Amino acid sequence: MKVKVLYFAGLREQLGKPGEDLELSPAVSTVAGVRSLLMARGGAWQTALAQGKALRVAVNQDMAQPTTLVKSGDEVAFFPPVTGG
Amino acid sequence: MPARIQTQDFDAGAEIAALRRNNPRIGAVASFIGVCRDANDGDTVIKMTLEHYPGMTERALENIIAEAKRRWDVMDVLVVHRVGELRPTDQIVLVVVTGAHRGEAFSACEFIMDYLKTRAPFWKKEETPQGVRWVDARASDDEAAERWNSPKTDAA
Repeated sequence: MKVKVLYFAGLREQLGKPGEDLELSPAVSTVAGVRSLLMARGGAWQTALAQGKALRVAVNQDMAQPTTLVKSGDEVAFFPPVTGG
Repeated sequence: MPARIQTQDFDAGAEIAALRRNNPRIGAVASFIGVCRDANDGDTVIKMTLEHYPGMTERALENIIAEAKRRWDVMDVLVVHRVGELRPTDQIVLVVVTGAHRGEAFSACEFIMDYLKTRAPFWKKEETPQGVRWVDARASDDEAAERWNSPKTDAA
């Protein structure tokens, strides 16, 4: 299945792209799974998405948890804690 | 639309007048304006760039407004947040709450700002003489938002 992944702010700059379409294997079904898949690319992906980094994730524009399920066609966004206002 | 995101400046007086229209039931108007400072974390700020997540940001603001209306007896709410390049003295955000009485309007206005700062997807990047940097989220903002979860403020 395929999902749309988005990156914002400092994370986008570290990864060098605003987003991408990502093909997921059937074994990947959660936000944590998507994050691990991206980290496995190594380099900036490994460091920017490392566990322990303060990152937020949204699925279909609602805040999500590592255990949140993802399904085909979902929009999964990774971003740093927010700093508006 | 009770929540707007825009690059252009806003006129608080005109926005308040539009929100009040000719509503004779309004007895209180509480408002907040956030402004771009010339210093942050000890460094001079030359300019800042605000980024958002189109779609989700609007939705997050609508949800915060709905939550404020659920918690307090207020009438109308307006949130205007700017994105793009801003310089010191520029206005960043406007929150206006109308209601029958000031207490509810003040509380709702403060709640909306506290939640906006911790839950609405906006990110600030600052340009200082030392270079460009993304602003880090503050623990004090989380604490400010957290206090609205205490049983005392949740009772209503």
